Amino acid sequence: MRSFEYVAPRVLSEALAAVAERGERARVLAGGTDILVQLRAGRRQVDRLVDVKAIPEVNELSYDPHRGLRLGAAVPCYRVYEQGSVAQAYPGLIDAVSLVGGTQIQGRASVGGNLCNAAPSGDTIPALIALGAVCIVASPATTREMPAEDFCTAPGRTVLQPGEMLVNLRIPPPARRSGAAYLRFIPRNEMDIAVVGVGASVVLDDARQRFVSARIALGAVAPTPLLVKAAGEALAGQDVSERSIEAAAAAAMAAARPITDMRGTVEQRRHLVGALTRRALRRAIQRASEE
Amino acid sequence: MTSVSGKGVQVVGTRPIRHDGMDKVTGRALYGADIQLPGLLYGKVLRSPHAHARIKSIDTSRAEALPGVRAIITAQDMPDITERIGELGETMYNLSYLKENVLASRKVLYKGHAVAAVAATSPHIAEEALALIRVEYEPLPPVMNVKEAMTKGAPLLHEDLVTDELGKNGTQPSNVAKHFRFQKGDVEKGFQQADVIVERELQTATVHQGYLEPQNATALWGADGNVTVWCSTQGAFMTREQVYQLLDLSEAKVKVVPMEIGGGFGGKISAYLEPVAALLSRKTGRPVKVVMSRSEVFEGTGPTPAAHIKVKMGANRAGRITGAEISLYYEAGAFPGSAVQAGAMCAFACYNLENAQVDGYDVVVNKPKSAAYRAPGATQAALAVETVIDELCERIGMDPLEFRLVNGVKEGDRRVDGPAYRRIGYLEVVKATREHPHYSAPLGGPNRGRGVATGFWFNAGGPSSCYLSVNADGTVGMVEGSTDIGGSRVAVAMQAAEVLGIPAEAVKPVVADTDSVGYTSVTGGSSVAFKTGLAAYEAAQDVKRQMVERAARIWEKPVEEVESANGVFHLKSDPELKMTFKDLAARLLTTGGPITGRASVNARGAGPGFAAHIVDVEVDPETGKTQVLRYTTVQDVGRAIHPSYVEGQMQGGAAQGVGWALNEEYVYNKQGDMTNSTFLDYRMPTSLDLPMIDTVIVEVPNPTHPYGVRGVGEVPIVPPPAAIANAIYGAIGIRMTTLPMSPGKVLEALQAKGKRQR
Ligand SMILES: Cc1cc2nc3c(=O)[nH]c(=O)nc-3n(C[C@H](O)[C@H](O)[C@H](O)COP(=O)(O)OP(=O)(O)OC[C@H]3O[C@@H](n4cnc5c(N)ncnc54)[C@H](O)[C@@H]3O)c2cc1C
Repeated sequence: MRSFEYVAPRVLSEALAAVAERGERARVLAGGTDILVQLRAGRRQVDRLVDVKAIPEVNELSYDPHRGLRLGAAVPCYRVYEQGSVAQAYPGLIDAVSLVGGTQIQGRASVGGNLCNAAPSGDTIPALIALGAVCIVASPATTREMPAEDFCTAPGRTVLQPGEMLVNLRIPPPARRSGAAYLRFIPRNEMDIAVVGVGASVVLDDARQRFVSARIALGAVAPTPLLVKAAGEALAGQDVSERSIEAAAAAAMAAARPITDMRGTVEQRRHLVGALTRRALRRAIQRASEE
Repeated sequence: MTSVSGKGVQVVGTRPIRHDGMDKVTGRALYGADIQLPGLLYGKVLRSPHAHARIKSIDTSRAEALPGVRAIITAQDMPDITERIGELGETMYNLSYLKENVLASRKVLYKGHAVAAVAATSPHIAEEALALIRVEYEPLPPVMNVKEAMTKGAPLLHEDLVTDELGKNGTQPSNVAKHFRFQKGDVEKGFQQADVIVERELQTATVHQGYLEPQNATALWGADGNVTVWCSTQGAFMTREQVYQLLDLSEAKVKVVPMEIGGGFGGKISAYLEPVAALLSRKTGRPVKVVMSRSEVFEGTGPTPAAHIKVKMGANRAGRITGAEISLYYEAGAFPGSAVQAGAMCAFACYNLENAQVDGYDVVVNKPKSAAYRAPGATQAALAVETVIDELCERIGMDPLEFRLVNGVKEGDRRVDGPAYRRIGYLEVVKATREHPHYSAPLGGPNRGRGVATGFWFNAGGPSSCYLSVNADGTVGMVEGSTDIGGSRVAVAMQAAEVLGIPAEAVKPVVADTDSVGYTSVTGGSSVAFKTGLAAYEAAQDVKRQMVERAARIWEKPVEEVESANGVFHLKSDPELKMTFKDLAARLLTTGGPITGRASVNARGAGPGFAAHIVDVEVDPETGKTQVLRYTTVQDVGRAIHPSYVEGQMQGGAAQGVGWALNEEYVYNKQGDMTNSTFLDYRMPTSLDLPMIDTVIVEVPNPTHPYGVRGVGEVPIVPPPAAIANAIYGAIGIRMTTLPMSPGKVLEALQAKGKRQR
């Protein structure tokens, strides 16, 4: 590992300046569970790490039933599931943050870091997409926003330009009779990278008979996590039934563009997209019905 | 625990806290990577990026110019030992192959093969220097499995290797190093007598021991020409032997200091880094430490051979095996010497067969040289035999344990390869398994199945030494040479304590370096509790004899007048006149001087171990994933000296076997590169993948050991893959014949079955 500079500003503007100054040779350090591993393995080289764990905006976690969730980019997973109101409002997000690594990793790993690392298999990303999360990105000059599904552009690549960083994520408040879930398939029960991940969120009508709307997002089956609009459209306005679930699963399978690698084959992944979409939808529906 | 013995002993069979326990759980125990010495340099090894290539040139000049780099070595720096190799002839390991494996000179034979090493003032500089070494390779096509390797016209790994074909040397170079055969009776006649015949072809994967601690070595080549090596080894004397031979020194010039060991399972017998660190130290005049990364461990050290197996077995309606035939093709890796020989001896070792034939093939491929891994060779063979037996039982409608009672071995029966058994406990194990509540418990849900399988391992003995010294406070210092991998220190100490009639805690064991204890063979073959236990027993007898003499001298009586029992010495004629071990220990210095005891043994007559496992699984029909729900291990251990560590071995072996069965494998791409050389993608089971593994200890004492010890550590890895394959069959009706039975493969099999039925 080569030596690099480490800075830990306490103010957002300083952090933005510190990042901008080095452009591509600077990286943000949140929990470090990706970046430090990559640096040590020589898979990435930087001149400067900007630790953002001391910056208030980037570590804010607040939930308001009307405004929704503000999730600072560096907030570690454990804070998300340990805050009761958040856990209650977003069980689909909790599914994801509570399976990132083990307990020790969850003490450090952040949702923002998971998103910015932009692994096709990043577990929180399909959950964020399904929940309609919005990313707030800043540079010393401006601030811009984009939906989570537009954030990743290729494996390890995002919309962030040199000098930009992710400040926080906003998730809208859960609609009435809505429910969400995230499921992944791994060969073991722990310590594995998703072979396939599926995030699903649904809004049901008052009678809980029909889907008002739905969002389905897939992980590990394309260069980036994928929002499958067709799967949501296959459900909107339809009866809550195995048939409509099957139609959504078929749409998800059709949208998947998996590759064969040591973690799984094209056929296996496509099949699993179907199986997991069905399961994630059933769980989301159950949560919406319990509401 | 079902115990059949336990009479007349105080210490044996109890569960004292291990002597090294506190240091281990508080992180104080010293491992090789903890070594710090004045002036220490850090070494790194440059490894081949190709699976198969000729080395055309190596240019180290740019790396040498990097500030902080102190030395670079290649195979050219290894002494010429042609003569020594000639003198040695055939030994346990072939020295010329070992030399090539430590640093390649002409060809690299697997990705990860060492080609050069750097010593620098920091590990980071050493790493940077590696990137500056220019190696020009001429890449060659790799052969990655036995089928490829045995194809006519296949690329050759060794141009000078010819097949030892049933004892005769071939004339053409080949990737097959050896073909041998064991025969008993007439196997064709046996098949003619069969009512049912099952024939299968199976494949196991390349799997690694996965010990927690990576290989490491620190060496100091002193100005006086003496070399000291601190390392993680299963046998300090074995390491010494390899180092002094490779470095062309005399034996006593090398001292090996075994540090605590974070697992070995057979993988820490062969030398990798020790000679490299020593040569770097010679060149720099400073101590040099080299520690492998996990990827280096996967790619540069020996996994267990993948095996291709053809098996055919026949039985009559009465459930008697009439004929059995198996061909084992094992991947030796880059150099000859897989565990196929042992596998061949184990294949049918559980069964008393009249007609059988076993063929073994040792085949080189472009993978790391395979190494021992817990019951080396046996698990692969057991997968084949134990699943085919399951199929036979199904076809003739017989309970699989009943079948094993009909065919199982007992005292006097002969293995196919010749030896006859002395007292063994196979039938006792099978009976205990049949009686276990697990075997008859309801499965409790759909997509579930139960499997059983059994296994055999020889267990070994060998030379070992032990010194004891009596302290004035009644404790006894104990020096042994056996690396303690699985709690053997306490098991050995307990045998000395038993003889002396003192608590296990009163014996203070130390594992010593090669200058400080007599020759001791490796911690391997499940031998330590047996052989070093025997040495400790004999050394304690030596101490006890002297203590009796001392008591006699103090009492001014003839020696025959003094008796000792349970740590108390007394006079036969006057039992009231007595002294405890502790009382007497306190008086030694003033009554004639200190007492020490010693013994060196060559322990023979190790007792074979047998195991039977029951496993319940549930297969998710939508994903192909197998969950192990319940697991029971039953094993004849002879005598459990320390039952907790015996149980630990049984559980550990089963856990590793679950790994072989479900997910562990080296994944290679077309170029022959391993693509999953991390613990993230090389999937050993985690605690969440395993249920509590229940243990049933059966004790059929080994008559050749004073306390009846057999070996314990290896046989528990033999049955699991077969037992799990049988359980998966019970769950989904599919016979899986390829390891690992990972979700992807099971899913494929389920889909293929679905298509057939549609
Ligand atoms: C043992 C282990 C197990 C793991 N298990 C899982 C798992 O089950 N599922 C999973 O998805 N991942 C897993 N990971 C990967 C990792 O933990 C997650 O991706 C985690 O969410 C990363 O968060 P972090 O805060 O540690 O990110 P960091 O490592 O700090 O950062 C990750 C990347 O994002 C950039 N970055 C971080 N924050 C910002 C920001 N605010 N603005 C711009 N760029 C930023 C960094 O520069 C870096 O490139 C595991 C890792 C380990 C070591």
